[in-house]
Amino acid sequence: MPKDGGIGASTLRREDIRFLTGKGRYTADISLRGQAHACFLRSEVAHGRIRSIDTSAAEEMPGVLAVLTGEDFTEVGGNPTGWLVQSRNGATMKEPKRPVLAHGKVRHVGDAYAMVVAETYEQAKDACEAIEADIEELPAIVDMAQAVADSSNRVHDEIEDNVVFDWGWIEENRAAVDAAFETAPHVTTLELVNNRLSPNAMEPRASIGDFDSGTGDYKLYTTSQNPHLTRLLISAFVMGIPENKLTVIAPDVGGGFGSKIYHYGEEAAVLAASKRLNRPVKWVCDRSEAFLSDAHGRDHVTKIQLATDREGNFLALRTETLANMGAYLSNFATCTPTFLHGTLMAGPYRTPLVYVNVKAVLTNTVPVDAYRGAGRPEATYSLERVIDKAADELGIDPWEIRRRNFIDPGAFPYTTPVGLVYDTGNYHATMDKLRELSDVAGFEARAEESRQRGKLRGFGLSTWIEACGIAPSNLVGVLGCRVGLYDAATIRVNATGNISVLVGAHSHGQGHETVFAQLIAEKLGVDANSVEIVHGDTSKIPFGMGTYGSRSLAVCGSAMMKAADKIIDKGKKIAAHMLEAAEGDIEFTDGSFSVAGTDRQKSFAEIAFSAYVPHNYPLETLEPGLEETAFYDPANFTYPAGAYGCEVEVDPETGGVDIVRFTCADDFGNVINPMIVQGQVHGGVAQGIGQALLEGVVYNEDGQLLTGSYMDYAMPRADDVPSFTVDHSCVTPCTHNPLGAKGCGEAGAIGTPPAVVNAVVDALRRAGHDHITHIDMPLTPSRVWTAMQG
Amino acid sequence: MKVTMTVNGRPMSAETEGRTLLSSFLREGLGLTGTHVGCDTTQCGACTVHVDGEPVKSCTVLAQDVAGKSVTTIEGMANKDGSLSVIQQAFQDHHGLQCGFCTPGMVMISAALLNEKPNPTEEEVRHYLKGNICRCTGYHNIVKAVMAAAGADSRKLAAE
Amino acid sequence: MHNFDLVKPSSVAEAVAALGSEGAQALSGGQTLLPSMKQRLAAPERLVSLTDIAEMKGVCRGEEGLVVGAATPHGVVAREAKAHYPALAWLAGEIGDPSVRARGTIGGSLANNDPAACYPAAALASGATIVTDRREIAAGDFFQGLFTTALEEGEIVTSVRFPLPERAAYMKFAQPASRFALVGVFVAQFADGVRVAVTGAGEDGVFRWTEAEGALSADFRPEAVEGLSLSAEGLLGDLHGTPAYRAHLVKVLTKRAVAAA
Ligand SMILES: Cc1cc2nc3c(=O)[nH]c(=O)nc-3n(C[C@H](O)[C@H](O)[C@H](O)COP(=O)(O)OP(=O)(O)OC[C@H]3O[C@@H](n4cnc5c(N)ncnc54)[C@H](O)[C@@H]3O)c2cc1C
Ligand code: FES
Ligand code: FES
Repeated sequence: MPKDGGIGASTLRREDIRFLTGKGRYTADISLRGQAHACFLRSEVAHGRIRSIDTSAAEEMPGVLAVLTGEDFTEVGGNPTGWLVQSRNGATMKEPKRPVLAHGKVRHVGDAYAMVVAETYEQAKDACEAIEADIEELPAIVDMAQAVADSSNRVHDEIEDNVVFDWGWIEENRAAVDAAFETAPHVTTLELVNNRLSPNAMEPRASIGDFDSGTGDYKLYTTSQNPHLTRLLISAFVMGIPENKLTVIAPDVGGGFGSKIYHYGEEAAVLAASKRLNRPVKWVCDRSEAFLSDAHGRDHVTKIQLATDREGNFLALRTETLANMGAYLSNFATCTPTFLHGTLMAGPYRTPLVYVNVKAVLTNTVPVDAYRGAGRPEATYSLERVIDKAADELGIDPWEIRRRNFIDPGAFPYTTPVGLVYDTGNYHATMDKLRELSDVAGFEARAEESRQRGKLRGFGLSTWIEACGIAPSNLVGVLGCRVGLYDAATIRVNATGNISVLVGAHSHGQGHETVFAQLIAEKLGVDANSVEIVHGDTSKIPFGMGTYGSRSLAVCGSAMMKAADKIIDKGKKIAAHMLEAAEGDIEFTDGSFSVAGTDRQKSFAEIAFSAYVPHNYPLETLEPGLEETAFYDPANFTYPAGAYGCEVEVDPETGGVDIVRFTCADDFGNVINPMIVQGQVHGGVAQGIGQALLEGVVYNEDGQLLTGSYMDYAMPRADDVPSFTVDHSCVTPCTHNPLGAKGCGEAGAIGTPPAVVNAVVDALRRAGHDHITHIDMPLTPSRVWTAMQG
Repeated sequence: MKVTMTVNGRPMSAETEGRTLLSSFLREGLGLTGTHVGCDTTQCGACTVHVDGEPVKSCTVLAQDVAGKSVTTIEGMANKDGSLSVIQQAFQDHHGLQCGFCTPGMVMISAALLNEKPNPTEEEVRHYLKGNICRCTGYHNIVKAVMAAAGADSRKLAAE
Repeated sequence: MHNFDLVKPSSVAEAVAALGSEGAQALSGGQTLLPSMKQRLAAPERLVSLTDIAEMKGVCRGEEGLVVGAATPHGVVAREAKAHYPALAWLAGEIGDPSVRARGTIGGSLANNDPAACYPAAALASGATIVTDRREIAAGDFFQGLFTTALEEGEIVTSVRFPLPERAAYMKFAQPASRFALVGVFVAQFADGVRVAVTGAGEDGVFRWTEAEGALSADFRPEAVEGLSLSAEGLLGDLHGTPAYRAHLVKVLTKRAVAAA
């Protein structure tokens, strides 16, 4: 049994109290004295040249304080890309400029080109309607293949073929991979689309800029997953505000899923407007605006080929992908389809030869970036779909073909042909666990019972692996990342013995305030209730890289462990002094410092008090105070993995799909709070089901967004999903971080889509629809029905 | 125009325009920011409050249209002594919330369900909650919390 | 939203008078009108709230059938019509979600005549009469194409009179995002024949599938429509379903409605 409040306990979340009583404090809930309100004017055309913008009428409207356009930001920099990717030919990728407000051209429906600040939001919105913009509409570039083929029409005039890079991974292996395909006994080919998604955190983005003319300090309250990164981008690239003059505060944040990692132009704009007006300026995004301006996710068009022998042993794998970047490069856009995708293409399998080609394409659509899973769901989906197709073609059971190709549990550390070293894992174990939980033996009876009711039952299997705990800075530096991806924590033991832990990670649903306190409580042997986690305010926390990529526990948690070790070391020094013993003789157990082999000891609280009341300290050798900071840079990625099983019922008359059972068997390494881990999996699975069955951003050929609200963009609702069975009892602890933890935040979103699609295809093929080998997501009733018509 | 209504048992007033929505009246007029706004098409339910005991989406009700009525918001859901009510406690006990943004609406709609139907089945819970969107929890633990608040043995839901 | 004045009359006569002014529009539950005003698709200068008009509320069994006050919310119809007209009550209880049903009204739904709305199918299949402040309109004359009805400027629906069928059922196949009807079919059997009304599918809004009516009047079993097929011509197509898919669903749902009636 884990200790109450310690590692392994399903401690209830302390943050829940404020959320359950309406006391959460999200950015939109903050009202600053004298604040003005901003509204952005967004392009209604997908592609156009701005001839002129006349703001004079708007400026005369009631309540209007200022109207800003792209012209007002020509002096400042642009929003940069975090990763520089190299093309196959060695050329560095092309990086178009991304201004705060569109300038010269508008490049997607929703591209903001003016901002009105007024006394009220409605006044600002009224005035936006009075702005007269003369925009010459240009042909919209929507289809990726066309964008590449037609160089006369360009999203950015200076990028002739609309291609940002043409990336080969690993280029040196290409010839060997192609050669293996020449001689392979069997080749399975699949063309598929990984549908574009809108992240839809339930809290829309919001930002408040607050400039203090007395001190020259700026404050930005914003919906961010990583306030320090936002500050760095604004300071170093966009606005040039010195970092020590800018505080970024991300208070309670209502979900992110990637979309709140990035810095957006609106953040810079409210800061600039606040300075100009000498008043706080607040902007709260509408949901309709969110669909037009929050970074989207996924959007790959892929051809994948798997070469096998007749027994289903994988010989080689190759993929060609067009990855949609949208109209500008969002901060992590270039790494998502490359280093978070190509490097995962081996999956949990021994495939000896793998080659991945990705062309990143600009189009007149909302920028695309990392969304829960980021690149890894795309890799997993392609791989797990082509494997099912190969199994079918070769007449091999889907469980068996996977088992045959898994990396052996004894083979770790395992170097993949796509540049990663998996430190540990046991893919047989999670798949066996799944098999046990899925009641495979009872399937036929259930299928028969479905048939009686006129329904077609199918089962879909998928396995997944993720590289998370992002990321080893030296490795990502080699790969083109412009920042390091360590994290940081400061442990401040206060004089009365309670503890403030200041962390670089940010919680927007993950429960850090509870889980991190559990870690510290266990490590320092103190009551979890005496530990407070502080996050989200750059003026308080050390420079950390925030929360995404299932990294908080593995990276920031490890930084906390390092800092706690330093606290213990310092505590030992203090104890040695107080107990008049040698430092080497001091032991630390269960929150007290004792002299080995004696009953002489000091409690943690006594040590803390002494640290701040150092009346007789030997000051040359012992500093007062008990506060330590540590930075942790992981030695490697972590590699959680698992196996998912989905059972569906298809209504053959309507094409409607019901998920009737969903089972997950995951290996997350060591788990700190099982309740929270299960919650993370549930959420990820629902998003995966959303991608597989419901969600899809659709543009028409003019670049108009057809799915611009919840009227047309189908979000998973309570009655779309079943209760899930989730298990994380298979554990191979991470070998290189102090917690043995791997990360669980994205698992569900990665493993789920292929399981669902495999299940639907299975149901249809069992019912005799042999012509169906694939249906593109989302598998809406109309798509499934249409596929059944042949 | 000044509008008065009974909010969480106490008469409260604020200035309004014709277009002032109940959600704005609560959030901006009264500073009760527990009621959230997550969409502009009346679909997400983050803004759910009770008017005369019935659930409504406060983003789609005019403040002036419900002047004089009795409104309950998330801020009025705890017990008199400040402790969490049965439903709120069940949400915490069963991890029925993550980022907390949908949570006020979820608690309000769940309370309405249990008023109407004290012992709902899982299917009935899912059906009743379909106008409230949660992006974080996958609904599993929300459904569990509501069932538990109704006194059901929530272990009967899928195993974990 | 653009700003406007809200007036709250307490009788139909006052409401009609208030609607006489320039730029005035009726506001019932607001579940359609307010979202479209937020999108700035509508900008009335004055809204006349119907929510306080007692004479427009309630469900009551009369000689000529069931009379539903136009300002009666869907949730009330779901509860109170159950004993008299279960298919209508079920339809009302499947509209939107509990919060929408607490506000949205039958009068608003019919007056709006959204091609994907549910009530128009019930009204048309039941041969209902739409009662306004000045006249009575047969359902067959009331619906005049997308978002268009026979209502004149300033005319308000005050109640709806539903003749009670011997058997009836509504089947709704929800559009996955909005949960309105991708296709909805209301089948009602009366002594003098069967009526089948289809919503969600028609380019001109709700319509009757007369071919199925003939077949079902002769033989009220699902098999009776098996041999029929509805032409996809004139049906809606969008990202949620092609005209052909909708045509197919109409038949599937008709059979299911007959089986359930
Ligand atoms: C999330 C959501 C889901 C929904 N799902 C469904 C669904 O599944 N099926 C469905 O059918 N509907 C659905 N609706 C629509 C809902 O039923 C609306 O309530 C209804 O369409 C309009 O009714 P209302 O009372 O809200 O009208 P309002 O929005 O107040 O008014 C609508 C229009 O009718 C006019 N009007 C209102 N009352 C009268 C009257 N008595 N006489 C003359 N004109 C009048 C108004 O001026 C306005 O033009 C949904 C709505 C929402 C927000
Ligand atoms: S904010 Fe009211 S329903 Fe979304
Ligand atoms: S808890 Fe985040 S949206 Fe529900």
